Amino acid sequence: MTDRIITYSEAIREAIGQAMEADPNVFMLGEDIGIYGGAFGVSGDLYHRFGAERIRDTPISELGIVGAAVGAALVGMKPIVEIQFSDFTAQAMDQIVNQAAKIHFMLGGELSVPMVLRAPSGSGTGAAAQHSQSLEAWFAHVPGLKVVLPSNARDAKGLLLAAIDDPNPVIVLEHKLLYKTSGPVPEQMYRTPIGVADLVREGKDLVIVATGIMVSRSVAAAQQLAAQGIEATVIDPRTLSPLDMTLINDAIAATGRVILVQEAPKHVGFMAEIAARIAEGPALFSLLAPVKRICGMDIPIPYAPQLEKAAVPQLEDIVAGAVELMREP
Amino acid sequence: MVAITPLRSPESGSLQTDKAAALAALESMLAIRSFEEAVDGLFARGLMHGTMHLSIGQEASATGVCAALKETDYITSTHRGHGHCIAKGADLTRMMAELLAKQTGYCRGRGGSMHIADTKTRNLGANGIVAGGIPIAAGAALAQKMRGETNVVVSFFGDGATNEGAFHEALNLAAIWDLPVVFVCENNKYGMSNSTELSMRVEKISDRALAYGIAGETVDGNDVDAVYQAAAVAVARARSGGGPTLLECETYRWKGHSKSDKNLYRTKEEIDEWKAKDPIERFQEIILSSGLVTQSEIETLIAKVREGTRDAIKEASAAPDSDPAELLSSVFREAN
Ligand SMILES: Cc1ncc(C[n+]2csc(CCOP(=O)(O)OP(=O)(O)O)c2C)c(N)n1
Ligand SMILES: [Mg+2]
Repeated sequence: MTDRIITYSEAIREAIGQAMEADPNVFMLGEDIGIYGGAFGVSGDLYHRFGAERIRDTPISELGIVGAAVGAALVGMKPIVEIQFSDFTAQAMDQIVNQAAKIHFMLGGELSVPMVLRAPSGSGTGAAAQHSQSLEAWFAHVPGLKVVLPSNARDAKGLLLAAIDDPNPVIVLEHKLLYKTSGPVPEQMYRTPIGVADLVREGKDLVIVATGIMVSRSVAAAQQLAAQGIEATVIDPRTLSPLDMTLINDAIAATGRVILVQEAPKHVGFMAEIAARIAEGPALFSLLAPVKRICGMDIPIPYAPQLEKAAVPQLEDIVAGAVELMREP
Repeated sequence: MVAITPLRSPESGSLQTDKAAALAALESMLAIRSFEEAVDGLFARGLMHGTMHLSIGQEASATGVCAALKETDYITSTHRGHGHCIAKGADLTRMMAELLAKQTGYCRGRGGSMHIADTKTRNLGANGIVAGGIPIAAGAALAQKMRGETNVVVSFFGDGATNEGAFHEALNLAAIWDLPVVFVCENNKYGMSNSTELSMRVEKISDRALAYGIAGETVDGNDVDAVYQAAAVAVARARSGGGPTLLECETYRWKGHSKSDKNLYRTKEEIDEWKAKDPIERFQEIILSSGLVTQSEIETLIAKVREGTRDAIKEASAAPDSDPAELLSSVFREAN
C-alpha cells in the first residue's frame, strides 16, 4: 500500500478515473462536469482523459439526467451521476425514489439499477438555504437505496469504488467542506465495504457517533476532551443504509454513554434512527445516562456566517455536550 | 400453453400485403383484446385484486409499433401496458399470473398490472408513474449508442404524460445526443378525465417535437398499417443514427381509465363513434376484402387467442400464491 496525502476531491476523481479505466461501462454524467471540471472541481481533468462521450455534460435537467442513468444502468452500463448540489436531487426525486429504488424489487428481482449518484451536501459555504442541506435521511428512508457519507479522503475513494461495484443504486453524499481536506489515500484500487462502520478513535468514557463533516469535528472535540481527562470513542457509521450497529452497540456496552452528532436538523433526522436502535437493543441496558443528540437546528440553513455557524453543531457544542453528559449520574 | 406468434415486419413494406406479417399483427391485436376482456371480466367478478388500466380500442398502436422492432430492441411501457407487453412477445400465462398475484408472475406478485417487465423480450417495464419511463428509455438508448449497438428503444406513453417535465427533459436529452429512441405517444384524448383540449394548446402533440428539433409525426393510431409504416420510418431513422422521433398515434380507449371510472367527462356518442373505428375490425375488413386472408383463417386466430387466454387463466390460477416469507429478498441485488 502506497499512501499519498491527497485531497478528498482528488481521491474521488482518482476512484472515478480508475473505475473508468477498468470498466468501459462506467461513465459519468452531470452538469458542467466536462471542460468546466465540475462545480466543485471534482471531475477536474477527467474530461481530457476520457473525452466528452464518457464524461458527459448534460443540460440543466436533473430529472432527465437521473432518468437517463437509470435507463442506461438497466441495460448494463454503470453510470455515475453528479448532481451539482444535493439540494437539486429534489428535481430528480421521481427517478431516484420511484424508479431506481423500486425497480429491482417491484419487477420481481430480474432487473437492477447499478447507478451511483454523487452529490455535494452540507452547509458552511454561505450558499444559504437551497444549496446547503443535509438530506441523507430522505434517501435512507427509502428501501432499495444505499446511502453513504464519506467523511475523509480514504473513505471517499474506497466507498465510491464499492458503490460503483454495487449492483444497486447508491447515493453518495460528499461534504462540500471536505473536498479540499487531505489525508492518506492508497494509490491502487480498493473498496471500503458498504455497511461497515469505522472506529475512528477509542476512549473509555463515552461514545460519539457522528456522520459527514461531524466526524472530524468530533475527533477534534475528543482531543480537547482528552486534555480535560475525558476519553471519547468516535464512530463513523459511514453507511446509513445498510446500517452497521455492531460497533456502536459494543462501544456503548463498554462506556455507557453516547452522543449522536449530525449536521442535519434534529427532527426526524438520521440520528433519531440510531437512538431508536439503541433503545430497541441490548445497548439500552448499558446506558448510564440518556442518549444525547447534538444536531442542526430545525431551520433552513441561513446565509450570514454567524447564523450559519449557529445553525449546525460546532466543535464547542460537542465538547460542551460531552462534558455535560459526563456529569449525568 | 398457446404461444402467440411473434410480430414481423412485412417484406412487402405493408402489413396489408404481406400475409404472414398481417396474420401475426391480427393475432397480436386479437390476443391483446382477448386478454384484456378476460381481465375486465375477472375484475368484475371480484376475482382480481388491485387496479388495472385497459387498452381495449388501442391495440393497433402497440402492435404496429412493435411490428417495426427487432427482438433485441427495447421498450418502456406505461400503466396501460398489457398491449405493449403482449406485442413485444410476453407470455400470457406469466402476465396473468402476475395479475392474479402469483409467485410465478413476471414480478412474483410484487408488481401487478402496472409493473410488468420482461427481460427476455426486452421490455424494461410498465410504470406506475406517468412519464416515468420516458427518461429511462432515453438512458437505455444512450447505452446502445455508447456501446456501438444498433438496438433501438421505443418509449410508449399517453397524451397526459406529455405535460410532465420528464417528457420534456427526456426529449431534449435524446435530441441533443441523437439517441436511437422513438417516443410513441398514444393519444387517446384523455389523461384520466382531463382532455387534450383542456390540457394543452398545441393542435397536435407531435408539434411538441419542434421544440426539441426532432422529427414529429401524427398517424391514425387505429390503422395498424399506418402505425407500422410511420414506426418503421422512425425506427430506421433511429437505427441509422438519425436521432429520435416523436410519433403520435391518435386512438381511443373504450373502457374507463381504470375500474373506478364513471365516464362523466365524455359522452356515450363519442365512445360509440370511436368504437365504430375499431382497429381490429378495420384491419380484418381490409385484408379480407383484398383476398389476402380468408374468413376461416381469421376464425382460427380468434379461437387460438381465446384458448390462449383461457389457458393462461387456468394455469395461472393453479400456480402458487406469491410468498410473504421471501418478501425481504430482492430489495437489493446481491453482489456477484
Ligand atoms: C406522476 C403521476 N401523476 C398522476 C398519476 C395518476 N394517473 C395515473 S394514469 C393517469 C392518466 C395518464 O394519462 P395519459 O398519459 O394520457 O395515459 P392514459 O391513461 O390515457 O393511457 C393519471 C393522472 C400517476 N400515476 N403518476
Ligand atoms: Mg391518455
